[in-house]
This record gives sequence, C-alpha cells and structure tokens, in this order.
Amino acid sequence: MELISPTDWTKNLVLAIQEWTYLAARSIGNVFRQPRYVADTLQQADLIGVGSLPIVVLTGFFTGGVLALNAARTLEQYGSLSLTGQLVSISMVRELGPTLAGLMVAGRNASGMASELGSMKVTEQIDAMRALGTDPSKKLVTPRVVATIIMLFFLTIICDFFGLTGGFAVSALGLHLDAHQYWSNAYQSLEFGDVIIGLVKPLLFGFLVATIGCYYGLTSRGGTQGVGRATTQAVVAASIMILGVNYFTSQLLLYLLK
Amino acid sequence: MPAPVAPAESPAPLSGAPPQTVIAFQDVSISFEGNTVLDGISFSLERGETKALLGVAGSGKSTILKLTMGLVKPDRGQIWVLGQEVSAMKEEDLFELRRKIGMVFQESALFDSLTVRDNVAYRLIEEGVPEDRVQKRVEEALRFVEMEHTLNMFPGELSGGMRRRVAIARAIVDQPEIVLYDSPTGGLDPVTSTTIIELLVKQRDVYHNSSLLVSHRLQDAFTMATHYFDRGQNRMVPVDSAHIDTRTSFLVLRDAKVIFDGSAHELASNRDEYIREYIS
Repeated sequence: MELISPTDWTKNLVLAIQEWTYLAARSIGNVFRQPRYVADTLQQADLIGVGSLPIVVLTGFFTGGVLALNAARTLEQYGSLSLTGQLVSISMVRELGPTLAGLMVAGRNASGMASELGSMKVTEQIDAMRALGTDPSKKLVTPRVVATIIMLFFLTIICDFFGLTGGFAVSALGLHLDAHQYWSNAYQSLEFGDVIIGLVKPLLFGFLVATIGCYYGLTSRGGTQGVGRATTQAVVAASIMILGVNYFTSQLLLYLLK
Repeated sequence: MPAPVAPAESPAPLSGAPPQTVIAFQDVSISFEGNTVLDGISFSLERGETKALLGVAGSGKSTILKLTMGLVKPDRGQIWVLGQEVSAMKEEDLFELRRKIGMVFQESALFDSLTVRDNVAYRLIEEGVPEDRVQKRVEEALRFVEMEHTLNMFPGELSGGMRRRVAIARAIVDQPEIVLYDSPTGGLDPVTSTTIIELLVKQRDVYHNSSLLVSHRLQDAFTMATHYFDRGQNRMVPVDSAHIDTRTSFLVLRDAKVIFDGSAHELASNRDEYIREYIS
C-alpha cells in the first residue's frame, strides 16, 4: 500500500472540504436560479422518502421499544415506572429520532447517490451532460439536496411517532402501563424547545447526507473500484458528520432555547 | 512539413482572426498530475472544415476536444470557439456555447437510465422545444443514423456500434455548428467502423458542419479525406480530387506538440521519419 505524507493528506483534506463547500453552496444557490428541475426533485423525493419509509418505521419502533424496556428497569427502582412515556418521548424527539432517521437515510441514500453519480462520472455521462449544455449541479445535485432535506424532515416525525408507539407497545404489553398514562405523559413532557431541536436537526442532516453523497459521487475516479470506494466513503463521512453535527447542534440549541 | 498555425499576437484577433475560423488554439498547454499532455499547441479550424487529430494513445487528442468544449481548462494559452474565449469563461457561461457544439464521446456516454429516444431528445427537452417538434427531430436524427427502430430501447440493449450511432444522433439532433468526434470507431470491428465513418462523411457533406475527429485509425481519417457522400446513390464514394474538395485536413501530435498540420496529400508526401513510420 502506498504511504501518503501528512502534508499531502492535509492538502487533500483541505481541498476536499473546499470542493464540498463549493458544491454545497451551489446546490442551495441553484434553488433560486433557472432552470428548476421540479420533476427530478419529485422523483428523488419518492425514492428517498417513500423508499426509506419501511426502514425508518422499523428503526423508530424497535428503538422506542428497547428504550422503554431499558428505562423501565431503572425507573422501577425509584417507583417511577409511569415516567416511561416521558423518557421515551424526550429521547426520541430530541435525539434518537433525528439521528437514527439521518443515519438510516445516510446508509441508504448517501450510498445510492455516490454510486449513481459515481457511475455516471466514470462512464463520462457527467461530461456528456455538461457537453449537452446542462449544469450537473442543477440537474443532479440540487434535486437530491432539496428532496433529502424535505423528506428527512417528515421521516424524522414518522420515526419519532413510531418510536413512541414502540415504547407504548412495550409499556402496555410488557410493563402493563395504562395507555392514557403513557401517552399523556409522553405528550405533556415535551416542551417547545424539544420539538424545535428535533425538527431543526433533520434539516441539517438532510443537507449533509445529500451533499456528501453527491460530492463523493461526482469526484469518484478509478472505474468500478473507485465507485465502490466513493460509496463507502460517502456513508462513513455522512454518518460521522451526522453524529458530530448532532452534538454541536444540541449544544447550541439547548443554549439558545434555555 | 507545413508549420503549425502561428499563435496570434493578442486575444483581439478573434475579431481580428478570419471570420470563418470557428476554433482557434493559441499556444495552449495543459498538464495532469505533473505530466505535460499538451505543450504550446496552436491550430485553427475553419468553417465547414474537418480536421482529423492523429497521434499515439495518450498524445492529448481527446484532451483537445475537452478543451474545446471547456470541460477542462488549459494551464496556459487561449482557446477561441465561435468567437468566444472558452479558456477564460466561467462554467455557468459555457453552457450556452456548448449548445452550439455536438460531441460524440469515446465510449458513447449515453445516459443508461434513459431510452434511446430520451437520450437523443435530451438537448431539445432541456431547451424546452415543444413535444411534437422533439419527436420529429429525434426521428429524423435516428433515421439519419439508421437507428429509428431502437427508439424505445435502453443503451444497455444496444451493441457497441449501435450505441456509437445513437451517440452521433444525439450530437447532431439540433444541427450544431461544430461536431467533435472522440474516437467514434474505437473498439469496433472494421465493417462497423466503415459504417460509422460513412455516417461522419454523410454528416459533413449533407449538413456542412465543422468538425474535429479524434482517431487511432489512420485509414478512417484518409477515408474521410478521400470520399464524399453521394446523395443520389445514398452512400459514400471515392472523391474525384479534380472536382471535389472534402475540406478534410490532418493534425498529428507527438510528445505533447503538433508536428504536422496540413492536407492528406501533404501528409502522404511528408518526409519526416516519425510521420512516415506512423502512416506506413
């Protein structure tokens, strides 16, 4: 394996960040410029939103369930089993819903975008598109970014709901908690700030997932092996960015909404 | 050996350059990862002319086409296409100019998720041409390359030669002023290659576009120079040089430089050792 010097590694990293920033900025700027590819955006929304629905529903349901299961053990020691709904609700809405939905969409769609655009890149279809007078960032990137941001927002809400449902299923069937008590507790414990935190994050995560997936696809080189590498890197980078940004967003929003 | 076209003194010659010049390279150099691919090359293409770019693999022939399209930027020098300096234009400004140029890529580069019809219609749809006109022009372009029966097929269902013909149809669907062919016969059998070259001759003689042709096969370029398309017989026939000028010239690259720029006759009678060996 060829070793790369720390200087070259740093230069490559800075260059990658610079190129990604440029691509991300253009993808947003294109929203305000003609032409707008509405049909492509709707097609991507279907692929990303509807396509990711089963995996997000299942992730939310089982995470809510296991959260209730684990929380109950601790809460029971303090005689506060009735607070299970509150714990599941806050955890899902503020942290786990956005993060898990983001990670699922990253795994499914950042890889899909990187491999699709990467294949187009190595077979010169991207150059052909440019040669035919079409801006690939408008035709390929912006529809994916807009669709991912919008659909991840709604997928997160669905993930939150099914997380609470999973928690309720465990609470009702396993812990024999009263349904009304669980749901009212879950609902009343949520504050405005919790909902805002939970709904701002998917907007950022959607932007990251789509721009990172597109960036790795459009910069892939080296044939099919290069496309495979780009796909893996896109998922890894998107996942790490989601977890990192999640922490800093939580910090910032908790401070601002205090 | 005729000298390559001398670089112009300043960018102004665009207006100062002959009005019939559609492509002008002036002292263009480009390197990739430290390797010099083109070093100070200059040439021009006149309106209605076909120029065959010849040279060994890696000599920078395809790079010239990409530079012409503005798909890559030169490290040095100026490139003028249809009166605009593409080497100084921003990517966003190039899209309008590229719509006046057709390009056939080395591996066809058809959009594999679109049907043949949508591939050929791509540029027209992007320009917002009404649907009935799109259909008419797509059918005309596919009929020109004798591929009208593939309208609803996907590129993956076509053979290499068929894909190349569809790529030609896509490039010429709105009759661009310039057509760039990047190894249109590369990897094809001799019979299919001849069919493709016949299409290029037909395109040249029916529509009178200017074109750059990159080819590894010297015989393809010579066929273009020595044949013309006879509409009466609907096939290409050898040219009677006393009466017909195919306006096809040759440009040979070696070690990142232009070593020959002239006609078929001048190439055939050239005494340069490398060129003699290359064309033998």
